[in-house]
Amino acid sequence: MINREEFLNKRYKAEKRFQMYGKSAIILALLFLAVFLFKIFSTGYTAFQKTWIIVPINYDPEFMYLDADQKPSMEDLQDSEYFDVGIESFAALDQNANEDQITDIKRMFAFIFEEEIKDHILLNPDDFGKIVEVKLTASDDLDQVFKGNYPRDLPEERRRVNDYQLKIFDKLNSEGKVVSNFNFSFFTNADSREAELAGIASSFMGSLFSILVCLAVSFPVALLAAIYLEEFAPKNRLTDFIEVNINNLAAVPSIVFGLLGLGVLLAVFGLPRSTPLVGGITLSLMTLPTIIIAARASLKAVPPSIREAALAMGASKMQTTLHHTVPLSLPGTLSGTIIGLAQALGETAPLILIGMVAFVNTIPGSPMDPAASLPVQIYIWAESAERGFVEKVSACIMVLLIFLVLMNLAAQMIRHKFEKKWN
Amino acid sequence: MNKIEAKKVNVFYGDKQALFDINMDIPERQVTALIGPSGCGKSTFLRCLNRMNDVIEICKVEGEIKINDYDINQKSTDVVRLREKIGMVFQKPNPFPKTLYENISYGPEIHGMAQSKDELDQIVEDSLKKAALWNEVKDRLHEPGTGLSGGQQQRLCIARAISVKPEVILMDEPCSALDPIATAQIEELIDELKKEHTIVIVTHSMSQAARVSQQTGFFHLGKLIEVGSTDKIFKNPNQQQTQDYITGRFG
Repeated sequence: MINREEFLNKRYKAEKRFQMYGKSAIILALLFLAVFLFKIFSTGYTAFQKTWIIVPINYDPEFMYLDADQKPSMEDLQDSEYFDVGIESFAALDQNANEDQITDIKRMFAFIFEEEIKDHILLNPDDFGKIVEVKLTASDDLDQVFKGNYPRDLPEERRRVNDYQLKIFDKLNSEGKVVSNFNFSFFTNADSREAELAGIASSFMGSLFSILVCLAVSFPVALLAAIYLEEFAPKNRLTDFIEVNINNLAAVPSIVFGLLGLGVLLAVFGLPRSTPLVGGITLSLMTLPTIIIAARASLKAVPPSIREAALAMGASKMQTTLHHTVPLSLPGTLSGTIIGLAQALGETAPLILIGMVAFVNTIPGSPMDPAASLPVQIYIWAESAERGFVEKVSACIMVLLIFLVLMNLAAQMIRHKFEKKWN
Repeated sequence: MNKIEAKKVNVFYGDKQALFDINMDIPERQVTALIGPSGCGKSTFLRCLNRMNDVIEICKVEGEIKINDYDINQKSTDVVRLREKIGMVFQKPNPFPKTLYENISYGPEIHGMAQSKDELDQIVEDSLKKAALWNEVKDRLHEPGTGLSGGQQQRLCIARAISVKPEVILMDEPCSALDPIATAQIEELIDELKKEHTIVIVTHSMSQAARVSQQTGFFHLGKLIEVGSTDKIFKNPNQQQTQDYITGRFG
């Protein structure tokens, strides 16, 4: 004879245990997410700050090869050389510096110091002949020193920043000549070999264009295919075969699509290499099955009674489909589309194969211009040896994640709007 | 006068035969009720009359179904025009998830029945009035039709069906999902509609068949056992099986 009371208690306990397993699974998942986000954020947030060094620049006519007695025209200033202006001004930072040490000081700045010096005089032509303080971009190594990411305690020969540079830097820093501002150039610059100048503008635009091309190609094709297969096609062996293959297509590794893009789009059709156009079409091969499957599922979910109602009113098959079934299935189709696009946005391998991994230091103006993409940019930077790129990788991941979150929000809003209309 | 004449109608679902040699005449501007136990084929027969069985891929309909002396059961029949003439109301209310107005205006619009917006408004109003729904919904024509109660939804579906002025209205157990009050309203409505339309109604409720119909057909196991005036079927049927069914001995 079983003790019923005990038996019941056991059942309650089992249920409690079961719930606990579920809760701990969720906690574990959240923990992983938190660790991931913390790691990304803590290494990446410094990339949004940029270090500048304020240097007294000597706009001496002699260094600019201009006539001291005559006020130079804008053309003169435009055509003038500024390398010597920079070098002489750097030398003035340490009266006793020898030639090597002056080169060391020069290396403390980004190689665009000439342009920065030139931009200043073009904006302030009255500074001609004077010594004025100008903000110059610090080199990525000193940027890292300033952010505290640089191991000063390493022996000098293993450091890219030598003791002399550190001395000069510390002196400038103690005089308040080292400042840190929001790093706009991270968003406005294209990629660069110099970490202090590298930005995501090219890869962001590249991703955006790729996604738009991908949407434009895959959405109409997938929607039409899904509608035909679900509403019109006879159910026979051929359509079964097609259905199985669409499902298989969704499981094909993405790199295979990259090879297809390389072999067909680039080699046969001769489309321009490294462009979002080719990237988008290649990615659309991947999103196509995702959207078809989502669209078919949501078409299937439309109650047959709605179709019957329309047919019984004398609507043709096409009218029934276009007036009733498709609009009702759109919220599901759209969220499937966004999921497909989000997958495509994070895709790296196929883009590498079609050449979007190339070093692109221009910002694309159209899908026909060479560009990188955000995940490929992460890959490129993660491969780079310089310490300055470490934070950029995390920052780029953050931008990618924000992009994805915004896309999902958009999907939710679209869904919400459509569904609200009928309830 | 007979509106519909069915001769030797056989229906197959794949290998399974669902209807056997049905011969039935349906008189104009009367209510004909089809009764019988579940699975007897009465709904299948109803769906033959507007070719709704076409939707079911494995379904095959043989025989002759003449409406206005024209055989609708031939390949060349234009089902779109047929269904404009033969409206249908389903078991479960199935309004479109659109506004009340759009529910009614859909039929006239796709068949090009209204020349202007005013004309369309008039059709919507007339249809809702005929379906005895106008007073309840006239102030919220642009709200979703799915917000109505079950009975109202079914009357909306009837209004939708009559909006294209069909000659025949098929009703497939229109009250089975409704409460008694809503059922009574629909029955009154059917009585009103038979002045202008020929009505064929499938029903599970024998009392409903007795109340609303002038002619009744009794189906059993895919065969039409007996058809005749409702009075005769319920009071003095020819067949023992009919007698047994209406007195509740089986079914």
